[in-house]
Amino acid sequence: MPVKVNTAGLATTIQDLGRPGYYHLGIPIGGAMDRLALRAANLLVGNGENAAALEAVFMGPELEFTEDATVAVTGGELPPKLDGEPRETWTSFRVKSGQVLSFDYLRAGARAYIAISGGIATPPALGSRSTYAIGALGGVGGRAIQPGDALPLGPQDEATAEGRSLPADLRRAPGNPAELRVLPGLYWHRITEASGRNFFTDSWKVAPEADRMGYRFQGGRALEFVDREPPFGAGSDPSNITDACYPYGSIQVPSGAEPIVLHRDAVSGGGYFMLGTVISADMDFIGQLQPHTETKFVKVNMHTALAARRSRAQTLDQIRAALS
Amino acid sequence: MTSRYTFGGDEHIFVEVDEAMSLEAFFKSLSMTNAVRESAIKGVTEICPANASFQIKFDPDAIHPDDLMTELKRLEEGADQAEAVLNTRIIEIPVYYQDPWTHETLMRFRERHQDPDASDIEFAARINDFNTVEDFIAAHAGAPWFVSMVGFVSGLPFLYQMVDRPRQIQVPKYLRPRTDTPKLTVGYGGCFSCIYSVRGAGGYQMFGITPMPIYDPNQEVNYLKDFMVLFKPGDIVKWKPIDREAYDQAVADVEAGKFMPRMRDVVFSLDDFNKDIDGTNAKLEEALYAG
Repeated sequence: MPVKVNTAGLATTIQDLGRPGYYHLGIPIGGAMDRLALRAANLLVGNGENAAALEAVFMGPELEFTEDATVAVTGGELPPKLDGEPRETWTSFRVKSGQVLSFDYLRAGARAYIAISGGIATPPALGSRSTYAIGALGGVGGRAIQPGDALPLGPQDEATAEGRSLPADLRRAPGNPAELRVLPGLYWHRITEASGRNFFTDSWKVAPEADRMGYRFQGGRALEFVDREPPFGAGSDPSNITDACYPYGSIQVPSGAEPIVLHRDAVSGGGYFMLGTVISADMDFIGQLQPHTETKFVKVNMHTALAARRSRAQTLDQIRAALS
Repeated sequence: MTSRYTFGGDEHIFVEVDEAMSLEAFFKSLSMTNAVRESAIKGVTEICPANASFQIKFDPDAIHPDDLMTELKRLEEGADQAEAVLNTRIIEIPVYYQDPWTHETLMRFRERHQDPDASDIEFAARINDFNTVEDFIAAHAGAPWFVSMVGFVSGLPFLYQMVDRPRQIQVPKYLRPRTDTPKLTVGYGGCFSCIYSVRGAGGYQMFGITPMPIYDPNQEVNYLKDFMVLFKPGDIVKWKPIDREAYDQAVADVEAGKFMPRMRDVVFSLDDFNKDIDGTNAKLEEALYAG
């Protein structure tokens, strides 16, 4: 029995942990921008960590249930209400058939994850239910949910316990100012030493153009490039390269002006130089940054990047242990 | 050509075979990515060839980034010796040049263009020293093109013109990217042609449109039922200029499930091509239209 969508929120999409394996064809991995929050939401309602849930950005949807289920809301602080009564975030609660789930306004972060026991059971595309709107793939007809949609649920286990809660010290959110750790590389050599230093000392702010494809930043000094003879095929702008692949998390700076960090729905390649890449451990945080959030890029080396990755994996293990 | 190896964070290795585009750089990139695939290195999750570079995504919990880097450099020696011969296919893509839909779109974004008083194709023809747009179209559709990369968005091919460098068309991208491009627009930026697989933002100049879908997430188009993406790197494309009537007919045929692209298997040797470019292209065309 499906969940009915009364109102959709701003850009609420169905997401799981994504569809690896097709980036070489321009189809990105996609999936939840804040993966730790999605995993936690699923574990709270007794789902597998990869089950499909809703990713709501800035504003929640209104959902009407036609069967009993367990729900948990994690990630950005978007307080749920059941028939108008407040419910806790990061805590599972029961919903009875006929009840309506809605949301208060967003208090912190940018994206909330709404997991429902059984998981959303729309048809997978290339092995994932994640919505990739640019390619009209996954989700409901390849798009964000709309009023009138009916979201099918997977088979439920015996009534999942309610009132399970993730301890506060295991809920992850970016600091303020946000810090994104960056491994310099790729086409780092294209900018001058002074510009390289400025990039890490300047304060940046998240620009309004911030979505699942990428986050743009403003407010730092423009980058200066090392002189060169443009290579054949690259283009005449000093920020151009012969069109190449873009790593997830890579930071491109078209014409040296505004850095763009590519995220889960990244364009897979293009003709702009990149000065480095946000490390994997910090990717989830980007999905929780609101426009205008002050952000610092912090230079790290591979050793630190791998240590941060291990620390993140330990946090996930602790979340699993706390919710097992 | 000495490749440059660099990390893209803790999950990617990026290898620039050459700064400049050339078929040699493309073949080396393709040969190295094939070698990576065949060697089945543990921890490698995505292998993405590009025009003159490639990218490997990996799981650093399964292999240390430095160890993967060493492994990739070892494979480069083999790739240098690999024979640049490709078993591939040539595909005919009909193009309705100067169509009303890309024209309507380019008129909406004139203030982002280098030459607001000309259309994209008039501008491209002029700066490449063609007397007329017709001459330019004849050159664009004259020689075949290599799919040297698939990406940006779903199944979008980057195409490299198979002529010697003095004859290669070069056109700058828009000054500022458009927020809209019709689906299946045939575009141009730098030395690359492309086909926009979906509607969306874009910075390439717009020359025309093809009636032939190249990406179908619903897999309803008869030749995209097995897989939703048509192109892969190494495919060869021959443009065929068509008029409005032929365009409308092709669109109707696609909808009726009757359209089958003309395509033939061919063998391409880079050495043979470099020895006789026009001769090699003539043979490719012969293969495409034989039988």
